[in-house]
Amino acid sequence: MRALVLGVAGLALATAAAAKDKPKDAPATPPDVVRVGKDPWPSQYKPYPGQVTVIRGATIYDGAGHRFDNGMIRLEGGKIAEIGQTVSVPDGARLIEAQGKYVTAGIIDIHSHLGVYPSPAVDANSDGNEATSPARPEVWAEHSVWPQDPGFSRALAGGITAMHVLPGSANLFGGRGVTLKPVYGRSVQEMKFPGAPYSLKMACGENPKRVYGSRNQMPSTRMGNIAYARQLWSDAVAYKRRWDDYTRRAEAGTAKPTDAPRRELALDTLMGVLNGEILVQNHCYRADEMANMIAMSKEFGYKITAFHHAVESYKLADTLKAEGICSAMWADWYGFKMESFDGIRENIALVNAAGACAIVHSDDENGIQRLNQEAAKAIAAGRRLGLPIAPEQAWTWLSLNPARGLGIADRTGSLEVGKAADVVLWSAEPFSVYARPMTVWIDGALMYDWGDPKRRPTADFELGQPGVGDVK
Amino acid sequence: MKRLAITLLLAGAPLPAAAAPVAITGATIMTARGETVIDGGTLVFDNGRITAVGKDVAVPAGATVIDGKGRILTPGIIAATSDLGISEVNGVRETNDGSARQSPFSAALDLSTAINPRSIHIAISRMAGVTRAAALPDSAGSIFGGQGALISLSASGATLTRARALQYMELGETGGRIAGGSRPAAFAQLANMLAEAQRLALNPAAFDRGQDSGSLAKRLDAEALAPVIDGRQPLFVHVERASDIQELLKLKARYPALRPVLVGAREAWLVAGEIARAGVPVITHSLYDLPDDFESLAASRNNLGVLQAAGVTVAIAPLGGIGGTSPVNLPSYAGNAVAQGLVPGGKGLTRAQALAAITANPARILGLADTGTLEVGKRADLVLWDGDPLELMSAPVAVWIDGAAQPMTSRQSELAQRYKALGRTDLPLQYPR
Repeated sequence: MRALVLGVAGLALATAAAAKDKPKDAPATPPDVVRVGKDPWPSQYKPYPGQVTVIRGATIYDGAGHRFDNGMIRLEGGKIAEIGQTVSVPDGARLIEAQGKYVTAGIIDIHSHLGVYPSPAVDANSDGNEATSPARPEVWAEHSVWPQDPGFSRALAGGITAMHVLPGSANLFGGRGVTLKPVYGRSVQEMKFPGAPYSLKMACGENPKRVYGSRNQMPSTRMGNIAYARQLWSDAVAYKRRWDDYTRRAEAGTAKPTDAPRRELALDTLMGVLNGEILVQNHCYRADEMANMIAMSKEFGYKITAFHHAVESYKLADTLKAEGICSAMWADWYGFKMESFDGIRENIALVNAAGACAIVHSDDENGIQRLNQEAAKAIAAGRRLGLPIAPEQAWTWLSLNPARGLGIADRTGSLEVGKAADVVLWSAEPFSVYARPMTVWIDGALMYDWGDPKRRPTADFELGQPGVGDVK
Repeated sequence: MKRLAITLLLAGAPLPAAAAPVAITGATIMTARGETVIDGGTLVFDNGRITAVGKDVAVPAGATVIDGKGRILTPGIIAATSDLGISEVNGVRETNDGSARQSPFSAALDLSTAINPRSIHIAISRMAGVTRAAALPDSAGSIFGGQGALISLSASGATLTRARALQYMELGETGGRIAGGSRPAAFAQLANMLAEAQRLALNPAAFDRGQDSGSLAKRLDAEALAPVIDGRQPLFVHVERASDIQELLKLKARYPALRPVLVGAREAWLVAGEIARAGVPVITHSLYDLPDDFESLAASRNNLGVLQAAGVTVAIAPLGGIGGTSPVNLPSYAGNAVAQGLVPGGKGLTRAQALAAITANPARILGLADTGTLEVGKRADLVLWDGDPLELMSAPVAVWIDGAAQPMTSRQSELAQRYKALGRTDLPLQYPR
């Protein structure tokens, strides 16, 4: 039997479910149900020790849209213990006087390739695109992540407290994304955000049709993109049907473990999407293609969580609001490829003004170091168009909205009591070009301090190399 | 004395350089000349040139007066490197004239023949305060990419300022790859091309007598390198690793008139003293801080600060390797160089130095002697900002090039207006409203 069990967690769940629903005349032993494990490579991240810390006198943007002038916040036990105009200061707490400084929720980047396209960017390290078939939902970004990417240290110094690492966009189905913390580990498991859901990276538009069209393969057109994807979703629906049918029968005691469907790792991922367990992160530039993606999601019964690189979301902001789909955007990237030609600097502000979910993302090992600056440019562009945006509102683009887009908003993304103490103390108003993170806490542990070389990590790769230990 | 609201100036087509003088009064004037900042200053320009600048400047009779109170006036931003006017959509090959892999020619390629004054990016960059730029080629089939052009971003269409203003070349990892697979191969190609250029210059007839085929140098390419050797044209060299920089500097011994300009130069700070002693300027980005390649292991945002302190002329340019890099963000790249100096142990620039790194210094490096600072006699390339020009939230409220007020609209601003309200009306959005 052991060989058939696909995950210890899966078995435990099966047993628990069976025990709960056990009918009176059920056999003494619970039915033996084979399940597709939902978290077979679980996180081994453990927060580092922190100390009770109170920050006093700072302006606070809590990430949920609130602002506290001359506020206080207490970090304790790895969590936000208290926030407001005054908080209690326990004996032995570290008290930071932060008049003139700013405190924010840690920045969360929903679109990163750190680890899968690490520095140095040599071919031997290039692991972000399994460009061998338009559909590779079976590959997982975490299996490409190099935990020693120097980029993690730079992201941390930019106030990042969590990031979503995605496969590239060569494929219609690029594989699974993983949420990491910028906390160095010896394995990727030690960096994984505990319990964060997986994502499925999808791509529409130019990239898949270019990559495969240039090899005279399908897809070579946008209609080919859609047709290819629809066939796969159709296969996934049938696969899910087989598993649902088997599970029903197995739970009723009428199917043996050997009756379980053969696992298709690719379709496992898509079934996870159809079951609402895996979130769709959809690379899509153009508004008309977003509309096609939405239509496809309705045809097959899944939900798109966010469109990424969504340079034309401003053309579809009302629909995106109605559909509850987030847009992950740059402030001003445009024009570098045909599908980015209509990018405008007002995009984020217009999405925000429509009441849709706006997220500032990087897709870049440099951009991830200053997403606050990207948001600042977007605020300014919006204001010039007559759209007032408060800074504390804009901070939701950097923390709570991406946390929602990653399914971790119950644990992080805002400085609300009980959430993780993922906090940044800034040297100045964080939408100023002159501001830098002074300190970054992750789960209440001080992981970065701009004034303390002992609180600035150096990746293995950089040891013994020119420039090591320099203030980057 | 006519008073003209800025909004009026900005509407519609570009105005020709005003016939009467224009005075901008009450502004904070950042001259980009040393640390000079004039609070509540006045700048007057006439016939496209600055005629007065200072604290107690009288407004000439008949001058159009623009109230600059609460605003900051700077020289126009100059992009020391760009693909403005030569590439419309980088990823659409037929719109991108930056490189020519299949061409038999290299150093001879003359970018000025590709400049398109009607490119949408010129208007977009101009609205952000960029008034002049160097349009640079990429090297593809040879370490030499060809001759870059200097352009004005004026809406008047008088775009080309100077053709064949510089030669572009690759060394380091990219140069090695192009030249056949190694750094020595790149240096051999360089040595050969310069030798052939000299041979052609000394004795064109001998060069032409059938010896061309064995020389690995096309006549046009050899000819194009003559102004590089005699220093009439600066040689922009993309180079990153400290040892590559040192190797390049050695060339000055053999070719004393050579005027190299280091481009990229992520590890320049390791050899800042040598670069300063050689009098070689550096064009880099303020945000490089990752070991992107083995030639940039020491990349650091301290680079600019260290070079500046060593006395090197530095310019910040929208170079690659930084996602979304764009001339429109030059001011904030400069602001980041200031911020670096505020980090404990960090080496940054002062605000004036940072402004100079996107105005006066690129002007100097590019040989645009009459631009880059706010001084009497210089071209009236001016930007009036609604706040600290290096700040992310600031933007120009007015831009003048050669004294002509520039339109403040672009394809982007038109798209934003079109889609500002999405509600369905009697006709699709694509009809004029």
